[in-house]
Amino acid sequence: MRTRGLFSRSALVLGLVFLYVPIVSMIVYSFNNSRLVTVWDAAHSPTLKWYGVLFSDGEVLDAAWLSLRVAVCAATVSTILGTLAGTALARFGAFRGRSLLVGMTTAPIVMPEVISGLSLLLLFVALQQAIGWPQGMGALTITLAHISFCMAYVTVVIQSRLAGFDESLTEAAQDLGARPAKVFWRITLPLILPAVLAGWLLAFTLSWDDLVVSQFVAGPGSSTLPMVIFSKVRLGVSPDVNALATLMVSVVASGVVVATVWMRHRQRRREHDAQLAAAANL
Amino acid sequence: MNAQPSMVSDPALPYVRLEAVSKKFGEFLAVDEVSLEIRRGEIFCLLGGSGSGKTTLLRMLAGFETPSAGRIYIDGEDMSAVPPYERPVNMMFQSYALFPHMTVEKNVAFGLEQERLGRPEVRRRVAEILEIVQMSAYTGRRPHQLSGGQRQRVALARALAKRPKLLLLDEPLAALDRKLRERTQFELLNIQERLGVTFIVVTHDQEEAMTLSSRMGVMESGRIAQVGTPAEIYEAPVNRFVADFIGSVNLMEGRVAARGERDLTIRCEPFGCTVRTTRCVECAPGDTVWAAIRPEKIALASEGSPLEASGDNRVRGKVREVAYMGDVSICLVEIDSGKTVRVTLPNRTGLAAQRDLRHASVTLSWDAESLVILTR
Amino acid sequence: MEQREGQKITPRRFPGRQFVAGIPALWLTVFFVIPFLVVLKISFSEARLAIPPYAPLISWLHGLPVPQIHLSGYAYLFTDPLYLRSYLYSIMVAAVSTLFCLLIGYPMAYAIARAGDAWRTFLLMLIVLPFWTSFLLRVYAWIGLLQNDGLINNVLLLLGLIHHPITLLQTDFSLYVGIVYSYLPFMILPLYANLEKHDPAFLEAAADLGARPLTAFLRVTLPQSLPGIAAGSLLVFIPVVGEYVIPTLLGRTDQIMIGRMLSDEFFDNRDWPVASGVAVLILLLLVIPIVLLQRVERRQLEAES
Repeated sequence: MRTRGLFSRSALVLGLVFLYVPIVSMIVYSFNNSRLVTVWDAAHSPTLKWYGVLFSDGEVLDAAWLSLRVAVCAATVSTILGTLAGTALARFGAFRGRSLLVGMTTAPIVMPEVISGLSLLLLFVALQQAIGWPQGMGALTITLAHISFCMAYVTVVIQSRLAGFDESLTEAAQDLGARPAKVFWRITLPLILPAVLAGWLLAFTLSWDDLVVSQFVAGPGSSTLPMVIFSKVRLGVSPDVNALATLMVSVVASGVVVATVWMRHRQRRREHDAQLAAAANL
Repeated sequence: MNAQPSMVSDPALPYVRLEAVSKKFGEFLAVDEVSLEIRRGEIFCLLGGSGSGKTTLLRMLAGFETPSAGRIYIDGEDMSAVPPYERPVNMMFQSYALFPHMTVEKNVAFGLEQERLGRPEVRRRVAEILEIVQMSAYTGRRPHQLSGGQRQRVALARALAKRPKLLLLDEPLAALDRKLRERTQFELLNIQERLGVTFIVVTHDQEEAMTLSSRMGVMESGRIAQVGTPAEIYEAPVNRFVADFIGSVNLMEGRVAARGERDLTIRCEPFGCTVRTTRCVECAPGDTVWAAIRPEKIALASEGSPLEASGDNRVRGKVREVAYMGDVSICLVEIDSGKTVRVTLPNRTGLAAQRDLRHASVTLSWDAESLVILTR
Repeated sequence: MEQREGQKITPRRFPGRQFVAGIPALWLTVFFVIPFLVVLKISFSEARLAIPPYAPLISWLHGLPVPQIHLSGYAYLFTDPLYLRSYLYSIMVAAVSTLFCLLIGYPMAYAIARAGDAWRTFLLMLIVLPFWTSFLLRVYAWIGLLQNDGLINNVLLLLGLIHHPITLLQTDFSLYVGIVYSYLPFMILPLYANLEKHDPAFLEAAADLGARPLTAFLRVTLPQSLPGIAAGSLLVFIPVVGEYVIPTLLGRTDQIMIGRMLSDEFFDNRDWPVASGVAVLILLLLVIPIVLLQRVERRQLEAES
């Protein structure tokens, strides 16, 4: 028993090292004065030089701004659509067209991005020819494209959250006179809010990170941040990209740490309250 | 505390009427043509084991399931297809189903808020009902900050806040420990009487049913086996299932030997005795019937007593086991034929007397009136 | 609401119910299903110097529509050996990557599932955290590690294990490293979700009956985790077949994967019909795995309810 535990545990450690070495190396080299990875320019490092380069690069900043706007819009609309779809699939039992909806919300998750990107661009071109809209490719087409695959992920998140939801709560609310829409607003939604937020963050990340689909549906005038990064890194290592990576990792890591700490705090408060109630014992 | 005037205020008509209600889940028949009438102001218990269909029936009354066949009338109106939020019925859930993200006050106010009452009115009625269940001090607490018994009161208050005519209770006492259960039973009875609400209670616990109900219905495999007052069901079960389900019973199988005008003689071969009773039923000589005798109605006399050893309504045997229960002792008496009869004796003189009984040869006897003859 | 005698009672549903499912369904039909139909249509066209750069499918002759179907695109795809090799290569890469992900991910998922409660949340967080940081950047990070003057070569040189830098980048090795690195969480999470539900009592019973740990694993744990293995494998295999970013940054230059071929055909050659044809053929290939995945997930959902 012991040896087997040892095997899987060492696999876990090695796996985690494998996952984190690249990230850590990027962070370290973002502070390296030298452009080359071979040399750690100890005389002039650590330096914030590359961060300066990053923040003065207009192309990067414009792209980041576009990505941010697109990601916020796409995440919000995806969350709304995904919540609707997840609720229908989890709560409505069998209905006409259910299997179709199931297929449409699971396929985008595994669909290779080149196919999604190509098909959406061709759709936009066809629409343009048929009804004259959309006029050109840009932020709008990127946002529409992102919504279409992000919402599938949100659907899965919401659906799985609702699968474990205590149905007696919604029944009690109905029994007390609330119609289904009211029940959703006042009972279901507040209780699944963490999942909705997680879905929003997931959609935001997917949109913010997306490269391939954006390449297809962005016009000549717009570039998202991943597109700019991609054109830079095709030529090799670029330390200002390292700086960007470090910033992004820091934001994400602090977000995750804050979320975990807050959730643990809430959990401990609940346990404390429950103990008090049991002790009072009536 | 003014109840709304109902549409059909004729007190002679039943408040709830089920007409041949059935419910099928795929191939499985959960409720099989149940017809029932429940009167205004009574506490009606649906008693049955798991799978008997009692919970399904309750959910159809609440509106969470639609009958596959039959009709449900509440206060004269056909409510079979009406959704739960449009029925004048409220339910207290087995798990209480308190909204975890709301305080006690908001939980109780929820139903009232759906009625579009003004906020001061809502607050007043919430205070009123919390007072009745004695939870006024806990208005600001959340459900996870309450103990089991406290949660139950809040659930009750929430269900009663709208002053429904009909309250459905799903295993209301199941989650409580024994002492709390007894106390809550009486509190429920008090509240019901005070507010005049009709209760329909679903339970698997016989004691609960016997204590709470003014009338009860025993359910088995989706059908109603018998409806009556607790006393009727206990003293006069209509079939072997009901007799065996409520309390303990000795079922002695036999053949009708003679049927007179006012008495019945049954020869119980497996038990080696003859039963003679004035409790007559429809049967003919030669029919197979069962004599159902409750353990507390059998008298036990040790050897050497003045009782005759043979005759009607008695049998001889040997005491196999004696279980001391504190207030009573349960004796398992083995008869010559090998069958066992269960006898309950009050512990009038204490443990020592019961110890002497073990392995003693005894004569069991019972009154001609203290039994029921069952034909099915 | 009165109903005729003997008529089946249908429960009243709330109005607007069809919108809850209908709105997302409509969106997906327009932005997911119809695009595939457009791709299919254009795959039967031919490249033209025009805007848009393909021949119209319907031409009008004396006021009547006449369909014009060009199969030249498909003919090209089926006869050009480059495409056939690329498809086969892509399938092989996807299959091998899936296998590696499974071999690495299974022990990791197993270890997390056996860990204590406090550890478990922490470990899951560690596994998922890289997923939240940019995919592109993490793949890019490997360039820095694998290039000839990159970190790995430097360390090996320093340790004296090699004397000249070895070519690690733009090989099958770097391709697999990149793919496994990016898709590992997709394998670990479904595996973990499955393994977590295993009742430890089964293993205890097996041990009690005299089974050695390895046997118990092979005959108790492994069979039970098959749905997790299936889900994880499909979640890796299907998207990897059409991968673009990783092969472009880390993969070989002499043998490219089908996703890159589609992109090149579209952007470099401006041959929309052929690109569409490639997409159609990839989809035909992936239909069976996608249906399999949906079946696995449906069975999982049923088992949980």
